[in-house]
Amino acid sequence: MSATFLGMPPFPTAARTALANEQLRSNLRHATGTIRAKRAVVVAEVDDWEDLRTAGAAVKDAALRHLDEHLVVLEQALTARGATVHWARDAAEACAVVADVARAHGVDEVVKVKSMATQEIGLNEFLADRGIAAWETDLAELIVQLGGDLPSHILVPAIHRNRAEIRDIFRQRMGAAGRPAPVDLTDDPGDLAGAARLHLREKFLRARVAVSGANFAVADTGTLVVVESEGNGRMCLTLPEVLVTVVGIEKVVPTWSDLDVFFQLLPRSSTGERMNPYTSTWSGVTQGDGPQEVHVVLLDNGRTRALADPVGRQALRCIRCSACLNVCPVYERVGGHAYGSVYPGPIGAILNPLLRGVGSDPQTDSLPYASSLCGACLEVCPVKIDIPSVLVDLRRQVVDAHRRQRVPTPEATVMRAAAWAFGDARRLSLGERLAGLGAPASRWLGPLVPRWSSSRDMPTVPRESFRRWWRRERAEGGRS
Amino acid sequence: MRVALMATCLGDLIFPDVPRATVRLLDRLGVQVEFPMGQTCCGQPFVNTGYVDEALPAVRAYADAFSGFDAVVIPSGSCAGSVRHQHSLAARRSGDPALEAAVAAYAPKAYELSEFLVDVLGVTDVGASFPHTVAYHPTCHSLRMLGLGDRPRRLLEAVRGLELVDLPHALECCGFGGTFALKNADTSVAMGLDKARDVVASGAQVLVAGDSSCLMHIGGLLSRQHSTVRVMHLAEVLASGDGAGS
Amino acid sequence: MSARDDILAAVRAAVATAPEPPAVPRAYRGHPSPEGLVDLFLERVADYRATVMRCAPGDLLATVERALGRRRSVIVPRGLPIELPYATTDSGHTATELDRFDAVVTTAAVGIAQTGTLVLDHGPGQGRRALSLVPDRHVCLVRAGQVVSGVPEAIARLDPGRPQTWISGPSATSDIELSRVEGVHGPRTLIVVLVDGA
Repeated sequence: MSATFLGMPPFPTAARTALANEQLRSNLRHATGTIRAKRAVVVAEVDDWEDLRTAGAAVKDAALRHLDEHLVVLEQALTARGATVHWARDAAEACAVVADVARAHGVDEVVKVKSMATQEIGLNEFLADRGIAAWETDLAELIVQLGGDLPSHILVPAIHRNRAEIRDIFRQRMGAAGRPAPVDLTDDPGDLAGAARLHLREKFLRARVAVSGANFAVADTGTLVVVESEGNGRMCLTLPEVLVTVVGIEKVVPTWSDLDVFFQLLPRSSTGERMNPYTSTWSGVTQGDGPQEVHVVLLDNGRTRALADPVGRQALRCIRCSACLNVCPVYERVGGHAYGSVYPGPIGAILNPLLRGVGSDPQTDSLPYASSLCGACLEVCPVKIDIPSVLVDLRRQVVDAHRRQRVPTPEATVMRAAAWAFGDARRLSLGERLAGLGAPASRWLGPLVPRWSSSRDMPTVPRESFRRWWRRERAEGGRS
Repeated sequence: MRVALMATCLGDLIFPDVPRATVRLLDRLGVQVEFPMGQTCCGQPFVNTGYVDEALPAVRAYADAFSGFDAVVIPSGSCAGSVRHQHSLAARRSGDPALEAAVAAYAPKAYELSEFLVDVLGVTDVGASFPHTVAYHPTCHSLRMLGLGDRPRRLLEAVRGLELVDLPHALECCGFGGTFALKNADTSVAMGLDKARDVVASGAQVLVAGDSSCLMHIGGLLSRQHSTVRVMHLAEVLASGDGAGS
Repeated sequence: MSARDDILAAVRAAVATAPEPPAVPRAYRGHPSPEGLVDLFLERVADYRATVMRCAPGDLLATVERALGRRRSVIVPRGLPIELPYATTDSGHTATELDRFDAVVTTAAVGIAQTGTLVLDHGPGQGRRALSLVPDRHVCLVRAGQVVSGVPEAIARLDPGRPQTWISGPSATSDIELSRVEGVHGPRTLIVVLVDGA
């Protein structure tokens, strides 16, 4: 039932397929337009929004600069409060911890809170291979899981689906996973949410093991935080006997009071609300309240690689709000699947290459180019990640990684020739004469022409360049 | 004050009417502008595609041509942004401290045209007249990299006979994006078609912007659709008329 | 090397030459409390489709009874400041048992005016976390003196040693076409009873 991003083609190819899907384009236009407007309203009512952004970036930078110390403090605080702390270098190690806990309790199912980290490590597929069903309980994740689909947005993984499509998925697939959808289910969002409530409640009430991620991990108090809307998070964090939380190491903030920045920045940037309906905070085991066996998996999986990148490390400030997706003109037109990762959009275009490294996989190498560098993402980012600058630096890394290639790419050849021409104005003038003025610009662009002119007319090169005009009109007239 | 014009490679070779209009406009405002013949390109197409080493010859050419001027007027938000914010990247990579120092000295003196007019010369009414309905596309680098704000609009609003209409979704990128237009041509065109639709919906006869590159993209799409809407650079509009109004 | 040692070593290597970031600017803290804090709180609570009731301390019991309507299947935590004769006091009921109750009545630790948020720290009168989660109607009592201006004031007042639930309106989702719909897994009805002068 589950799909995979493995083997996705590079971005331009995947984008072409997505662009041809009119339904997708219209769903995305509607959804991103809605959320953009909501965000703008609630951000505008905060007078000190820029101060908050500055503070948010600074807290994360400070945490990352001394991440080793904060992780050790976090581990101590969690252990002191009865949690078991595990460390995972990569996806396989993290998945194995979860599977071992499930196996130790003899369960064949776990309930899950929506979590980017567990998607990133492919936990559901790993558990399924070992006979353990992982039930997604967030509404959008449920839609994606039941539909055998892939997530296309960080906050709203089913953003590419409209209400009619969701109703059909519920009608056709819910029965196989548990309580079926009511036969008279309409496509009213309230009805659809009601069907999910009934379907999942039996799972919440019987589940013994839950798996979550965490939006924040507070080092000094060992507090974990889950920010959500529906209450599925509270169900998973509270009702089962055992809780395993998978936390990327970059989620650490040094102190409890640092949360006062992020509890303001995140909901307004993410769902466009003053505050999300539910936020749960907990630290280890609380006697008589909630899970009595608590595990925390601290996950690297490429984060230390990203941390070592002097320009790119700022991407680890990301609090997964997805504001950058919602304002991105590229994302709005192609959707999330084209990015080939659970992290799509502008943040995905930098985070995936930073986590995986560039220079070996064409799909990853295509992501830094999946942007017109318009800068709308930086404008809305609550922690001021300069995504355009990181994109440009990653492009440099992609090019540099291929510099020692024996046969240069056609692009590299063109760039080198152009670099030579632009190194000296006399060469430029010579090139001008050779190419012939007054001809269509296609004479210069050669093999790139079809990519431009399939939909766009090409300008005609003028009979006289500016510098020739200047020389004729001005220079010889004695002015400069 | 010694003022130089950077024509930009696109302006020099493909759209010479734009730097010519800039010269005409500056003449009218009494600014004696020089055109250093050694200039080539700002280097942005290289940097933004990842070819930082390849940008270096262009950056050096700029340093040779423009160091020593008090102001360099650039009729392109994108190229001005490149000089101000990206030349330092290439210079640092070169490991040449002299070049780094040169960049640090000249970068703040690069002005996009509307910045030069409004901030340096202190004018918004340049004496132009242009009796047409106009929509203004702010272009991303002008808007976000340089933070030009309402300077271009103020200049346009002061033009005699010009009626400025609102462009729907004006702040959204047109999809040009330099080599993005070629490397991700399908997405670029999809973005551009939406922009072209908004331009037509605005009811404007002329679309004005401060970047020839974006105009080449939007104009190419409009022209393919046989639209009657023309595209013009801000400099061309500001240089139009006989200057009698000023 | 253990995964722990490897990760910590990789972190240290990654940041070894990173510049020391500047101190965190806290200009966002310490704004004066706006006038009409309680009114703002109630306005913002209502904005997210919670029902708001307001009463004097002497009218609390009657107000809660109105909030419950004819529901008699009610569970309450130990330490609730009012006595509802028909209510069951939590004694570690299972989730399935909790699911059979129509309503729960609790107090809260803090109210946040700017965001219309209630914070429960699950002390006496508030009950364990499952209690205010599973029943479909949550009646929450907040004293006027518990209302603070914004998130920083709430964070400063709360004890991180206790589990907390921050509640802003009833359960909701925006997962279908990004339109907000109230009522998914948490209580579908949230009634906030503000007790004045206390």
